[in-house]
Amino acid sequence: MPTLVETAPAVSGPSPSMFRKNGAYWFMVLLPAVFLATLYLAPVISVMVRSVTEPVLGLGNYAVILENRAIQNVLGKTFYICTVTTGLTLFFGYITAYAMSQVSPREQRWMFFLVILSFWISVLIRTFAWIAVLQPRGLLNEALIWLGLIDQPLRMVRNDFGVIVGMVHYMLPYAILPLFANMQTIDRSLVPAARALGASARRAFFTVFLPLSLPGLAGAAILVLIFSSGFYITPALLGGGKVVMVAEYISVQMSETLKWGLATSLATCLMLVVLALTIAMSRFMDVGSAGKSG
Amino acid sequence: MSAARERVADIMQTDLNRPKIEMTRIVAWMTVCFLVVPILVVLPVSFTSKRYLSWPGSEWSLRHYEVLVGEGGWLNSIGDSLIVGTAAALLALTMGTLFAVGHWRLNNGVTRNLRLLLLLPMIVPPIVHAVAFYQAWAVIDLLDTYPGLILVHTMKALPFVVLSVSASLINLDPKLEQASRSLGATSRETLWFVLLPQVRPGMLAGAIFAFITSWDEIIVAIFITSREVYTLPKRIWDGIFDNVDPAIASLGTVMIVLTTIGLLLKERYEKAQKTKTGAV
Repeated sequence: MPTLVETAPAVSGPSPSMFRKNGAYWFMVLLPAVFLATLYLAPVISVMVRSVTEPVLGLGNYAVILENRAIQNVLGKTFYICTVTTGLTLFFGYITAYAMSQVSPREQRWMFFLVILSFWISVLIRTFAWIAVLQPRGLLNEALIWLGLIDQPLRMVRNDFGVIVGMVHYMLPYAILPLFANMQTIDRSLVPAARALGASARRAFFTVFLPLSLPGLAGAAILVLIFSSGFYITPALLGGGKVVMVAEYISVQMSETLKWGLATSLATCLMLVVLALTIAMSRFMDVGSAGKSG
Repeated sequence: MSAARERVADIMQTDLNRPKIEMTRIVAWMTVCFLVVPILVVLPVSFTSKRYLSWPGSEWSLRHYEVLVGEGGWLNSIGDSLIVGTAAALLALTMGTLFAVGHWRLNNGVTRNLRLLLLLPMIVPPIVHAVAFYQAWAVIDLLDTYPGLILVHTMKALPFVVLSVSASLINLDPKLEQASRSLGATSRETLWFVLLPQVRPGMLAGAIFAFITSWDEIIVAIFITSREVYTLPKRIWDGIFDNVDPAIASLGTVMIVLTTIGLLLKERYEKAQKTKTGAV
């Protein structure tokens, strides 16, 4: 078939002649890349470098991370909070996304709108709202006392409970939105087909729908893990110094005890874990679809 | 055969009204309420007449809104956030669009790897950014300066611009550009009349994302700014730490109202776009 225009060697590697021909495009690509390499990559790499050079050259900081009891406790706490947060977020996120994919378009629009609304409200405002609700003289305690259900205010902040509530609240949209997008791609007649062939509703769901939605579930799980492992705001504000996760611990080392070697080596570990999770996630979903994309 | 199909259609109909669905629907709505209701409590709380965070009761007052426009520095912080956000959004928009168009046209192994580099700031945890920029900006004397914070926010916003502009290019055939050139258009005319109209929606979305990324950014700001640059999130952060200032409730109310309006406008815009393309 004759074409009007010559076909470009679009997907081959760069060659000198191609560079000359596409010089302007190479400039467009390289300008932001060089900008990021000097002002972003260099500072991030220097974090890794400092982790093996301060206070002395070697892997001493990493040995401290493996041995020190206090750090072990922080890492254990981080792991525990992240696991519980991810579990709860996925459970409720999955049910919400599933219901959203089943209800009428009108109801679906409402649910979607409210999820997106909470998603766009600043995390600081949301955490502030949770403090107003959960603190000892907060709205929930006052309401429960007024109703006569309790005499003494319940402790709901400055402990694991408050941190987990705040984090699940932050993470839910990050699970609901990709799960919902994934469920939209599942053929809607498959479950009724299984039912028509004699499967119970439960069986049709667990043997047909759930396996088809597993890639979306895995992607959402890793996305939530990535965000919660480095989370700072909610643990710092709702944990009130009692629940210290790794990000807050790093900040204390950096700004109060000035142990830069420890801060940078923990930051390096955190970064490597997150990068590994991202690579795992890229097998299940387009990494580009993460982030605030609603 | 047709009986089986009828059966499927029948079950598809009745399944929607089954108790199983009702149960998941109830849990789903409870989850949605869990997401929205706690946020909405800042609305009544913002009208309290007391100095501390409390339910307004019978006396409603606007005193915490007066604080926002008064001498407390909230307006200065809004100004700082607007300056930093606008500058960062414009820089990110320029560089992100350049990259997205260049990558779309070249699309080879090198640019695909560079794309991963540009998406990196979206994935690396913010606390790592804080450590990195705190020590790097100390070296080149950018701590607590507008350029210092603007540069960080530009880099954090770049991925969102690249993604949204790339998304608007995804269905555009690179040969379109060659077609335009072979029909006699100069490269500048091609850029202006062929490419730009295609990427404009992506650029707009990217710019909004970029601005909001900066407007909400707190963790790096805590570490690399102190007095000279005092953005809104940092003032909120300090306000929560100091005394759970009810002025934050009034600010939150304003932000919730603005977000709702913004989302409604977006929905209306998208509906208009849909009917426009549907009509063609």
